[in-house]
Amino acid sequence: MSVIEMDGLRKEFTVRVRAGRLRREKRTVTAVDGVDLRVERGEMLGYIGPNGAGKSTTLKMLTGVLMPSAGVARVCGLRPVADRTRLALRIGVVFGQRSQLWWDLPLRDSFGLLRHVYRVPAGAHAARLARCRDLLDLDGFLDTPVRQLSLGQRMRGELTAALLHGPEVLFLDEPTIGLDVVSKQAVRGFLAELGRAGDITLVLTTHDLADIERLCRRLVVIDHGRVVHDGSIAELHRRYGSRRMVVAELDAALPEPPVLPGAPVQRVEADGRRLVFALESASVAEVVAALAGVATLRDISIVEPDIEAVVARLYERKGPLLTPGV
Amino acid sequence: MAEGGSALRAYRSLLGAQARAQASYRTSFVVDLVGNVGATVFDVVTVLVIFGVTRELGGFTLRETLVVVGLSSSGFATADLLVGNIERLPRYVRTGLFDAVLVRPLAALPQLLLMDVPLRKLSRAVFGLAVLLYALASAGIDWTPGRVALAVVVPPAAVVFFASVFVTTATVSFYWVDSGELANSVTYGGRDFTSYPITVYGGWFRALFAYGMGFAFVSYHPALALLGRADPLGLPPWVGWVSPGVALVAASVAALAWRVGIRHYRSTGS
Repeated sequence: MSVIEMDGLRKEFTVRVRAGRLRREKRTVTAVDGVDLRVERGEMLGYIGPNGAGKSTTLKMLTGVLMPSAGVARVCGLRPVADRTRLALRIGVVFGQRSQLWWDLPLRDSFGLLRHVYRVPAGAHAARLARCRDLLDLDGFLDTPVRQLSLGQRMRGELTAALLHGPEVLFLDEPTIGLDVVSKQAVRGFLAELGRAGDITLVLTTHDLADIERLCRRLVVIDHGRVVHDGSIAELHRRYGSRRMVVAELDAALPEPPVLPGAPVQRVEADGRRLVFALESASVAEVVAALAGVATLRDISIVEPDIEAVVARLYERKGPLLTPGV
Repeated sequence: MAEGGSALRAYRSLLGAQARAQASYRTSFVVDLVGNVGATVFDVVTVLVIFGVTRELGGFTLRETLVVVGLSSSGFATADLLVGNIERLPRYVRTGLFDAVLVRPLAALPQLLLMDVPLRKLSRAVFGLAVLLYALASAGIDWTPGRVALAVVVPPAAVVFFASVFVTTATVSFYWVDSGELANSVTYGGRDFTSYPITVYGGWFRALFAYGMGFAFVSYHPALALLGRADPLGLPPWVGWVSPGVALVAASVAALAWRVGIRHYRSTGS
C-alpha cells in the first residue's frame, strides 16, 4: 500500500469578485484539478509549481486542514479530515510561513510541550531530540525565546518540532523560503540525511529548485491544479529538450568553430576563445577528444542543464499543451 | 480513558505554557492586570451613579440591582477570561495559527483557547466575583436550601452562557471575516443588557435580548428567585431556576455552530 494516495483529488474555492459598484459575483476557482498520485514509503517527492498552482492546497488536503471538493486522499491509510487527530500523530508538518513553536518561550519549552501534545514517551522524545540537536546544531539557541531566533534558527526548530513524535510522513511547505544560503544548506543537508535512512516519506513543496536537485529523485510539477510532470529530473530534461553543455576554453580562437558530430555549437564567446557545445548524442569524452585534435585546450567544464529554465518553459506553455502523460 | 487523561495533560501543559509566556513580560503583565479591573469597576460605578439620582431602577432597589450586576459581571468577566479571545479567530486564521492547530492531535477549539488565555483578565473575574459575593451577602436574601443551591449553580451557568455567546458569535467570522463589530454588539451588548433589571428596557429590544437570545436567564430571573420577588413582567417564579438548562442549550448551540463553522472553513480555505 502506498503511504500517500490521491485519486481525482480536487479543490474548488468560491470567491466573490466585485462586479460593478455594489454587485458581487460568485466565481469558482479550481485550485487543484483532479490529481492522481501515489507516493511510496521512503520516497522523497518534490512538489513544484508557480504561485497559485495548487501546491499548498494539496498539502492542506493531505494534512487534514482542508476538505477536498471531490476525490479521495489517503495518508497512512487514513482519511485526512475524518481521521485528523489520529493522522496528526503519524505525520509531521512544517509550513514555512507558519509556526508550530511558542513565540515567547525558549525553544526547549516548545519541544517539551509538543511531547505532551503528541503523548511521546520521555525516552523516545529524548533520543529524537538528541539526534536533531546534533544534526541541526541547536545547542546554541535552545534556551532562546523563539521570537528572538533568526529565521534560519527558527526553521531548524520547526523541523525538530515536526519530527519529535517520529512521524512516518513529513510534509514541508516551502521549508527554505527566506533562508540565507548557509541555513538553506543546513536544512537541505538535514533532510538529505533524514531521507537516506529511508524510513520516512518526505513531500516538499518549494520555489527553490536547488532543494529539489539536492533532495528529490522524483519531481511532480503542478500547474493550474494539474500534474504536468511526474518523474525524475533527468526525465524532465529529456522531455523538454534541455541538454548538458560542454564549455571549452581555448588558448587561441579558431578561425571557424569546429563541427562536431552529435554536439552542435551553441555559443561562441570571448572572441572565439570560449566555445559552448550542447551534448546531443556525443559524449563528453568524444567532444574533448575531437576538440583536442584541432585546438589547444586551456580548460573544460560541464554545465548541467538548468532546471529553472526548463520549468519556466513548462509554466509558459499553458492550456491543453500541458495535459499529463504526453 | 487513558487516552482522555493524556489529552487532559496535553491541554494543561498548553495552559501552563501560556502562563509562562505572559509572565515573561512581567511588568506589562502587572500593569495589564491592574488596568483590566477598570472596565468591570466601571460597570458597577455606573449603577452606583444611577442610584445617586434615583432610589429605584425599573422597580428594583440598589441592593437588589447589585445582585443582578454581580451575576452579570462575574459571569461575563470569567467567560471573557476563559474564551473571550476566540473573538480573535480571524487573526488566528490569518496568521496560520488555525492551520497549525489543525495538524495537531487535539481538538481545535480548546487548543486555541488555551494557547491564548488572556490571564491579565483574571483581575476582572476576581472583581466581578467579589461584587457578586458582596451583593448576595447584603441583599437580605432569605437563605433556604434551594436558594443556596441556586446561588451555587447560577454563576457557573452565567459563565457557560456568556462563553457560548462568545463562541457562537466568533464562528460568524468563518463566513464573514469582518464580523467583529456584529459579534461585539451581541457579546458586550449582552453584558450591558444583563447588568440591569430587564424591566428598564422596553418593547422588541427587550424581547429580543431577554428571550430571543436568552439573556434574561443569566442574571435577571435568577436574581428574582434569589430575592424571592415576583416578576413584574408576570413570568412564574420557577423561571429563575431554568438558567442552568438555558446555559446548556446555549452551549449546545455554540458547539454546533463551531462544528458547522469549522467544516465551512475546511471547505473554503483561508
